[in-house]
Amino acid sequence: MAADATHVAIAHDSDIVEARRKGRELAQRIGFAGSELTIIATAISEIARNIVVYADRGEISLSEADNGGRRGIVVVARDEGPGIPDIERAMRDGYSTGNSLGLGLPGARRLMDDFEIMSTVGQGTIVTMRKWKR
Amino acid sequence: MAIPILKQGDVLIASLQADPTDNDLIQLRDELAERIGRLRSIGVVIDVSALDVLDSFATRTLRGIAQTTRLRGADTVIVGVQPEVAFSMVQLGLTLDGIATALDLEEGCARLRQRVDDEASRGS
Repeated sequence: MAADATHVAIAHDSDIVEARRKGRELAQRIGFAGSELTIIATAISEIARNIVVYADRGEISLSEADNGGRRGIVVVARDEGPGIPDIERAMRDGYSTGNSLGLGLPGARRLMDDFEIMSTVGQGTIVTMRKWKR
Repeated sequence: MAIPILKQGDVLIASLQADPTDNDLIQLRDELAERIGRLRSIGVVIDVSALDVLDSFATRTLRGIAQTTRLRGADTVIVGVQPEVAFSMVQLGLTLDGIATALDLEEGCARLRQRVDDEASRGS
């Protein structure tokens, strides 16, 4: 399912730009169009920035998803940062420990169709999100 | 990649190019605050029509620019938010509440002009 994934190393703010550009390109190849491309790029931007702000470095993987003939894009953000002690709270609008609007994770979840987050304190965080074609 | 700032009369115009980094935006904020004082500008127009993404950081920085320029005595108008960008911002939960927006550069400049005229007529 996750064949031919594109990986983007995330460490600086310029990598955020690169990740969303690559994401947009892949989404376009999969067949997304118009506002869906913007939505996918924005969600990637939010989770990539989360890596830069909280974990210093990490990686975004982009690949095509296929769910019984339904095509989509899967975006995985991995870091080995401090982890999120209280995921429920981090997923709440307006909650931030990093001097932001606190919309990053909850915002990305609203933009995408599927959103899963796994985090272990002291080990890191993995966010997996998918958007399916209509 | 620094964002170019043009001076047109007493208005400053900043046209964002595609994909500015966080640092570009912060630099723009600082640069505008400085130039408003040096050039005695009364307004700032920020054109975002080339942007295909306005995420939470960019939105927060634009809001910060509007507030900073206000404190420096100038008004800011954001122009050219693309329809799909607007749609995505709404879903993300982002707003530009309290910040003037206009469809394009021309309308943005007209709006600034209007505001200055209104203030002048009130003051007289």
